[in-house]
Amino acid sequence: MNQPHPNGPKPARITAGRIGLYAFLVGAALFFLLPLYTMVVTSLKSMDEIRLGQIFALPATLDFSAWVTAWSGACMGTVCVGIRSGFWNSVAITIPSVALSVFIGAVNGYALSLWRPRGANALFGLLMTGGLIPYQIFLYPMVRAMANIGLYNSLAGIILVHVIFGLPLVTLLFRNYFVSVPEELCKAARVDGAGFWRIFFEIMLPIALPMVVVVSMLQFTGIWNDFLLGLVFAGRDNLPMTVQLNNIVNTTMGERTYNVNMAATILTAIVPLAIYFLSGRWFVRGIAAGAVKG
Amino acid sequence: MSVKRKRNLSATIALLPTWFAAVVVFVGTMAWSIRLSFTNSTLFPSSTYVGLAQYSKLFASAKWLASLQNVLVFGVLYVAGCLVLGFLLAAALDRKIRFESAFRTIFLYPYAMSFVVTGLIWQWMLNPTLGIQASVRSLGWEGFVLDWVVNRDMAIYALVLAGVWQGAGLVMVIALAGIRGIEAEQWKAARIDGIPVWRIYVSIILPQLGPALAAAGMLLAMGVIKTYDIVVAMTNGGPGNATEVPAKFIMDNLFGRQNLGLATAGATVLVLGVIIAVAPFRYAMHMRNQAKGAA
Repeated sequence: MNQPHPNGPKPARITAGRIGLYAFLVGAALFFLLPLYTMVVTSLKSMDEIRLGQIFALPATLDFSAWVTAWSGACMGTVCVGIRSGFWNSVAITIPSVALSVFIGAVNGYALSLWRPRGANALFGLLMTGGLIPYQIFLYPMVRAMANIGLYNSLAGIILVHVIFGLPLVTLLFRNYFVSVPEELCKAARVDGAGFWRIFFEIMLPIALPMVVVVSMLQFTGIWNDFLLGLVFAGRDNLPMTVQLNNIVNTTMGERTYNVNMAATILTAIVPLAIYFLSGRWFVRGIAAGAVKG
Repeated sequence: MSVKRKRNLSATIALLPTWFAAVVVFVGTMAWSIRLSFTNSTLFPSSTYVGLAQYSKLFASAKWLASLQNVLVFGVLYVAGCLVLGFLLAAALDRKIRFESAFRTIFLYPYAMSFVVTGLIWQWMLNPTLGIQASVRSLGWEGFVLDWVVNRDMAIYALVLAGVWQGAGLVMVIALAGIRGIEAEQWKAARIDGIPVWRIYVSIILPQLGPALAAAGMLLAMGVIKTYDIVVAMTNGGPGNATEVPAKFIMDNLFGRQNLGLATAGATVLVLGVIIAVAPFRYAMHMRNQAKGAA
């Protein structure tokens, strides 16, 4: 048990403790990887092979037909058009929602922390309370209100809902970021005659770029993975991928095509996973910021 | 004064949409829902007040009571499971491990995926006729049973398993950042005193991670109250009421059973639950900040 702190030198000897440590980590890694592995091999098998009940076995031959079906032919109830439309719906919902909520959140954070207009604290308190409360209490009146203004079951409607329900978190993160920006910077710019918006666009937004990336990451995965709001507000023509996926898998009539289901599941997970693998550190910072500050 | 007014005007205008969202959407719709919970609304809202009748109906409903019990069992085990596994993973990764970043990537990737995806993956793995159970049986262990998703007594644990798989990585990231932030001096001092490594983690590191782990636990607990997608995807509340949860009960009554009064009463109870759960934390933070200010 002569292990140094991470700052110290590498341990020279292999001890029972080290072996146990690696055994634990490798075991945990298997637990975390097994579902991903299972999804991938299942999606590549034929139904005959799946019926053998060898969930972990490698596919006998690589068969991508389940992927093709999942993308363009899988059935949701009686409609068999695949998850393709859900994918594009999710893109159409997520991109404007992220852009808008990040922009409004940045403006809010900047106004609340550096300008502190009257009522700033009250607004912030209201937002934070709103962020804590379960969505279920907002849903029915929101549906009615959206129907009244003609936005229920529309793309614009679901985007608006995502922006509104994203406000508490994005505002919080930007406010905390701008609080650490020296107030002198703002004052100096004001002395030079710059106004609210000019200071925002020319000084504060560039300074906050790292936060913009972090919050965008957080919002992107959050909105892409949303199920509840999409289900309630998007309407049949704009259902996001998560809702369509659940319909494909859980409302199937007749025999379940597990290979198609797993291919569709992978297709739904692939965008957030790609973001996670490609952006690594930023993603981690995003969820850590969301977790610790939220 | 007039200059200040003018300066603040743009800021005030910039915040107007957010004011609108906060007051109309967050406060207004909540008030509307609470009001509905005191009426006999069914498919359409009604203005006939019935006092607490919806609430007594709610708490007489076996499904609602089961859902409260389920969310409690799920919540405690899920949050505890994520915290324990996440901390263990972080502590293990802190021991100068080869391929540390590969391990970190593996432990966190499920967190990038939605609860729907998580629920469907585990539904497949735990499928008794074709999943892990069938696979192990075909290896010769005929009596092997892993039928959690279809077993009334075990279905809730299937949800816990899937939830911990999804969320433990988050705790690991937070705990690892916390551990790395602890000064090396403390390590040296503890090592000189001959304290075994595991004791250092338990007695010195863990207490200092308290606030970070509490924040992570809070976040997970808030998620528990909203638990909906993973249940819909994995078990749809079944078998029987074994995995019914309040959020799903409310949704079913809102949109499926056209039972507005009952659904809004349930939602009001959830909101009260959140306030009761969060208030002590907020109060403690407020007191701590005041103490800091005074010092």
